[in-house]
Amino acid sequence: MISEATTKAGTGLPVRLEGVGVQFPPGDRPVEALTGLTLDIPAGSLTVVIGPNGCGKSTLLRVVAGLLRPAAGRTLIGEGAPTEPRAGDGRVGLAFQQPRLMPWLTLVDNVALPLTLAGEPVAGARTRAHRALERVGLAEAAELRPSQLSGGMAQRAGLARALITDPPILLLDEPFSALDALTREAFDGELQRLWMDRPRTVVMVTHSVGEAVRMADRIVVMTARPGRVAEIIPVHLPRPRPATLAGDPAAAAIDAAVRAALAEVHPPELTPWLDR
Amino acid sequence: MRRVATTLASLAAFVVAWKLLTVVTGTPNYILPAPEVVAERAVRAIGSGLLWEHTAVTLSEILLGLAVGAATAIAVGTALGKSVVIERVLSPYIVAAQSVPILALAPLLDIWFGGGLLARVLICALIVFFPIAIATMVGIRSADPLLLELFRSLGATPAQRTARLEIPSALPVIFGGLRVGVTLAVIGAVVAEWAGASSGLGVLINIANQGLFDTPLMFVALATLAVIGIGLHGLVVTVERRLTVHP
Repeated sequence: MISEATTKAGTGLPVRLEGVGVQFPPGDRPVEALTGLTLDIPAGSLTVVIGPNGCGKSTLLRVVAGLLRPAAGRTLIGEGAPTEPRAGDGRVGLAFQQPRLMPWLTLVDNVALPLTLAGEPVAGARTRAHRALERVGLAEAAELRPSQLSGGMAQRAGLARALITDPPILLLDEPFSALDALTREAFDGELQRLWMDRPRTVVMVTHSVGEAVRMADRIVVMTARPGRVAEIIPVHLPRPRPATLAGDPAAAAIDAAVRAALAEVHPPELTPWLDR
Repeated sequence: MRRVATTLASLAAFVVAWKLLTVVTGTPNYILPAPEVVAERAVRAIGSGLLWEHTAVTLSEILLGLAVGAATAIAVGTALGKSVVIERVLSPYIVAAQSVPILALAPLLDIWFGGGLLARVLICALIVFFPIAIATMVGIRSADPLLLELFRSLGATPAQRTARLEIPSALPVIFGGLRVGVTLAVIGAVVAEWAGASSGLGVLINIANQGLFDTPLMFVALATLAVIGIGLHGLVVTVERRLTVHP
């Protein structure tokens, strides 16, 4: 496990994307999802990626996770002699938009999956999974099956599974999108606390400007498809940040800056509607 | 309790309708025996040990044929599901084997495989194979692509993917195939016995029907086959309930 030492030092690993381009499908008339995307993600930072629908935010995460090999450019992870990501190389934890739990396994076995797939004995893996479930407030639900969970519980379980290997990089694809606004704010608070307890590199994709300002060190605004980096907005607000930043003038200024950047990059056919 | 009552009521209604049919049409017992005649014949056949002697033979053919057929079908179905090339190469032969009437094939198989229990088990396995293999193939391919991507992101090996994702995903569909398979196994055993055997319920049917003109005994044999089919089907459903999660 490369992760243990590095993460305990509280840094995580840096990620560098250089001129990354991705096309779907790789056949005759491909659609460009990402083009010439260059982005430096410092070790231990909490980066939030925001952008119009279909701009390739999820694609960006899949490139960093090694699930997708870009047609152009390269991705490098690590300091010193960084290497390209390979799916399952243990450097990345992923929490997906849909929790992706296996319906035939109990919650604790779902969360233990990354460990048991890596060959860890089941008993030890389940002990660690129980601890991971405690951390996200699901200790009581360990023996339930996914069908017995609420959407929020399932998403928290997905987060626990992403964290169980203690990866130096955590990728979150709208992890709390299924939740109502208040619950989502509470979960963002929990996530911020988890990250402050044990800092690592976090890349979080969201649609919500409020969530971006609440969570981020830096907000990366992407252009409409094909996605590139349009603007990087630093967020220098003290932590831990409260559930709502309403009334905070510094936060309001950042909020306005993100909205302005988003209005700039929205695909043209949406602009009149935005102006109303 | 309620389910048992419903089943019993339906059975009673069936017997009453059967009895009425024989009374109203006045059909002689050697064409359509009345239920009490069959019941009386069953009691005698059980008492003399005749019924059990033949049932034991047929039941062992069914169980062995089912085991061999289902195990092969699940293995082959998994391979078919995972590889389009394997499917392209094998599926014409599998479909052809299923389309050829087993009644025509059975005597040949009986000669090829020595005419003993082995031949009968193979005939039974052959007829069981198709629905379970196809169900397994379809089931394996039904694995959720999102879960497949999750497994990839966790660095799962191909063997782990099959054992821990694709087969569990396929289980409900495989059980659907098994339900069809168990009832076909009963038919397979009888066809195999007709192709060449000296005992078994299929043989008993032939003896009763063509040798002794003992139609009530033939009905006893048919009813026994039906009970075996219902029992095995129930067993599969019970195991299915235990093993699969209904969301």
